[in-house]
Amino acid sequence: MIDTSAMGLVQVEEDVKILAPNVIITTFDKIINWGRLSSMWPTTFGLACCAIEMMAAGAAHNDLDRFGIIFRGSPRQADCVIVAGTVTKKMAPVVRRVYDQIPEPRYVIAMGSCACTGGVFKTYSTVQGCDSFLPVDVYVPGCPPRPETLLEGLMMLQEKIRNEKARWSPWR
Amino acid sequence: MAVTEVRTTIHPAGTDPVQIAEKIKELFPDQVIDVANFRDQVSVIIKKDMSVAILKYLHDDPLLSFDHLQDLTAVDYLKKKDVRFEVVYGLYSMKYRHQIRIRAQVAEDNPSIGSAVSIWEGANWHERECYDMFGIRFNGHPDLRRILMPEDWEGYPLRKDYPLKGPELEKDWIGFREVIRRSQELKEFEWEG
Repeated sequence: MIDTSAMGLVQVEEDVKILAPNVIITTFDKIINWGRLSSMWPTTFGLACCAIEMMAAGAAHNDLDRFGIIFRGSPRQADCVIVAGTVTKKMAPVVRRVYDQIPEPRYVIAMGSCACTGGVFKTYSTVQGCDSFLPVDVYVPGCPPRPETLLEGLMMLQEKIRNEKARWSPWR
Repeated sequence: MAVTEVRTTIHPAGTDPVQIAEKIKELFPDQVIDVANFRDQVSVIIKKDMSVAILKYLHDDPLLSFDHLQDLTAVDYLKKKDVRFEVVYGLYSMKYRHQIRIRAQVAEDNPSIGSAVSIWEGANWHERECYDMFGIRFNGHPDLRRILMPEDWEGYPLRKDYPLKGPELEKDWIGFREVIRRSQELKEFEWEG
C-alpha cells in the first residue's frame, strides 16, 4: 500500500482520490531532457560562409527562436556550439577553448563540409574535420547547408537529448 | 636618380607601357634582363640588386607617377626556370592611368630583396605575406613577421616543394598537436550516453 498522504490528493467523491489540479507526474529524465531540448542556446561561432547560413536560419524567415534556440554571445551561458565553417589549424585552439568554456551538458554541431571533413580544403592549413579535437554530436552536410538543413540538424540534436538517460545523475 | 626628358604633353591614357619599359632599359641597362609582353600587359624582368631604385624611379618620376602598388606577390618557378623565385610588382598610376608589371628575380640560395615599404606604405602586409608563404626576406622591412600562418609555423607553404596536404601530424604545428593531445586527455570526462 502506497502512502498517499504526502501527495496532496484531493477526495472528489467517496473512495475516489485524485491528484490536485495542475500536478503532473513524470520522470526526472523526461522533464530534464525536455527542459534542455526546449532551450538549447548555441554559442555563436561563425568561421566562414556557413555562418551566413546560420544567421539566415536564426533570422525571421526560419526563426530558430520558436524552438527555444537563441544565440548566446558567451560560451559560459550556452548549451552547445555550432562550428560553422572552415576550421584552420591556427583557429583550432580557439574553437577548443570556446568548447571547454561551455558548462556541461554541452553539445557540438559540425555545420558544413569543412567542419565535418575539411571539405575541399585538403591543404596544409585546414583541420580535416573538427571531430579530430571535438566530440561532435551532429554532422550537418552541405556547402554551405541551407537553413533548413541546419534546422534539421538542430532537431536531430533535440531528439538525441530527448533520449538521454540519467545525464543529470551523479552516478552517471 | 636620373632625370627624364621633359615632355610638354602626355597622352590622356598615359604612357604606353612598352615605352616605359624602354625607358627603364635605357636608365638601368645592366639591370633589365628581359621585357615580356603578353596581350599588351608589359612585364619588365629585372635583377633584384637595384629593384628598390627602379621602383623608386617609377614612383617619383613626374611623367610616370606610379603612385599605386596594385599587388606585390611572388612566383615559385621550381624546375621551370634557372632562377627560382620572381617577386612581382603590379604598378598603376592613378594620375595617368597606365600600368606596368615589374618582376624581380630572386635566387633560391639567398631569397632576399629590398623592401618597397619606403616607397609604398601598402607594401608592408604584402611583403609580410610574401615572406610567410615563400620565405623571401625583404631587407629594410619595418616588421617582417608571418602574417597568415602561426608565428612558430615551420616551412613556407606556397613553395612548390612544400607538401600540398601539409606535414604529417607528428611534424605538424605544435599548437595544433597540443589541441589534439589535450582533447584526447579530456576524452574520459565526456558523456558517453
